[in-house]
Amino acid sequence: MPSAPSASDAIVSIRRLGKTYADGFVALKQVDLDIRRGEIFALLGPNGAGKTTLISIVCGMAKSSEGTVLVDGHDTVRDYRAARSLIGLVPQELHTDSFETVWATIKFSRGLFGKPPNDAYLEKVLRDLSLWDKRENKILTLSGGMKRRVLIAKALSHEPSILFLDEPSAGVDVELRHDMWRMVRALREAGTTIILTTHYIEEAEDMADRIGIITRGELILVEDKAVLMRKLGKKQLTLTLKTALTRLPEALSAWPLELAGDGLHLVYTFDTQKEDTGIAELLRAVAAEGIDFKDLHSSESSLEEIFVSLVHTPQVAQGVQGASA
Amino acid sequence: MSLNTHGIRAIYRFEIARTLRTITQSIIAPVLTTSLYFIVFGTAIGSRMGDIDNVSYGAFIIPGLVMLSLLNESISNASFGIYMPKWSGTIYELLSAPVSWFEVLLGYVGAAATKSVLLGLLILGTARLFVPYHIEHPVWMLGFLVLTAVTFSLFGFIIGLWADNFQKLQVVPMLIVTPLTFLGGAFYSISMLPPLWQTLSLFNPVVYLISGFRWSFYGQADVHIAVSTGMTLGFMLVCLAVIWWIFRTGYRLRR
Repeated sequence: MPSAPSASDAIVSIRRLGKTYADGFVALKQVDLDIRRGEIFALLGPNGAGKTTLISIVCGMAKSSEGTVLVDGHDTVRDYRAARSLIGLVPQELHTDSFETVWATIKFSRGLFGKPPNDAYLEKVLRDLSLWDKRENKILTLSGGMKRRVLIAKALSHEPSILFLDEPSAGVDVELRHDMWRMVRALREAGTTIILTTHYIEEAEDMADRIGIITRGELILVEDKAVLMRKLGKKQLTLTLKTALTRLPEALSAWPLELAGDGLHLVYTFDTQKEDTGIAELLRAVAAEGIDFKDLHSSESSLEEIFVSLVHTPQVAQGVQGASA
Repeated sequence: MSLNTHGIRAIYRFEIARTLRTITQSIIAPVLTTSLYFIVFGTAIGSRMGDIDNVSYGAFIIPGLVMLSLLNESISNASFGIYMPKWSGTIYELLSAPVSWFEVLLGYVGAAATKSVLLGLLILGTARLFVPYHIEHPVWMLGFLVLTAVTFSLFGFIIGLWADNFQKLQVVPMLIVTPLTFLGGAFYSISMLPPLWQTLSLFNPVVYLISGFRWSFYGQADVHIAVSTGMTLGFMLVCLAVIWWIFRTGYRLRR
């Protein structure tokens, strides 16, 4: 289990949140989570892990079976009006009013969230999202990427303090993805808290300050991204050999080595946190065995590799969480 | 707690804009259909029929025909209004917005009732082109028009919340409301029926609506105006209670 959140500057506080559907399916189990004010938090998890259910409960689209959610101190059930007015939500699916114009739909969203008209602000939102030229277009005439921008504009129309992005990159081209992340960074600079779920783990690696990993309705880990990468990241040194080996020499069997690439690559995995990585000693041992190599390079494991190992072996997450407690 | 007036206004304007986008279907079609009734039953056939309670047949059927359109359009406007966001998925925004169930209701039902009242007045104006008639109690007439439009918009709103496909949206207006209206005295006075059918007709709620509305025109009714008003108000309260329950439990709205 993740350690109990203690951040006093939490803008979203989730306590013992559970969701069980009428058919008995348990979508969320006793989730505790604090989102810090002004951070970018990435919630990762495989399909059906409970990411969208969690977001839906916080935003008011689904009811919880147990637990509480506070948004800037406001209970999302008892004081839903104050809580919801702080939140902007970009849903996963492209749900739009096809026959409305872009301008009409964002004006509608701003009004719905109780804000007085402010055309200058809405114009800025549309310009930032490269939608200003499309403001009089009906939404049904727009491409999928443009519709995604419209959903973001709707979510930002009432100047939220917290922005939820549920799989924002799904079906989005590279250019829009980069535009979107530029905008997300700008929003964070302006003080908006961002919570996103994504399948594109490289985005979380690129963008997030902290990472939460959820699987089978359980939040198995919450950690600073840098700490997570440091603790679970592994480094590898690959030697490209001049002559292929059929098997590892006996003298090297004590080293964590693997033969790869038809015996042409010798791969050494080492712990980045250890003071002595053992590389110099290994190279001497390789030379002593008369093994020549023509190239060497090192690589670090990605967040994706870390994520996969955590989802498949949750005890690793407990170890990380225990170490950071 | 203050009302989210911007939210109510946003929903209301959105719904009115939807009507204007579909003006042929939502305004012109019902006016044309009702006009055909006036031409056929009022002018062509009506001239060969005797007066009912000293009112010409053409004039007699006007309140019933207005009520027929009013009921169908109120139900249709409100049910489509709330069903469409459910169908398209845009309901997520309504559910995540800081609006109460009552504010949502004011927006959707307010817009649906506005459209229905305007349509009713338009049909009354059109009827003038074909059939001469008078209104003895214009304030009551307007009050009854508004009360019926609001009540049946609430009913339509419930249907829109309940329906999970387009067919269900059509079932209640087509298979229940229209037959009840035809059998509720739109084209005749229930006093013209045999005693057994008169008694059975009193179980038809539309009888009270048409009777009350007709009283405001000609001062004559099958049932007392107080009974008509009471029955309509009672139905409105039942609809309000059902909608409150739906939002409280999240039935077919929140997972």
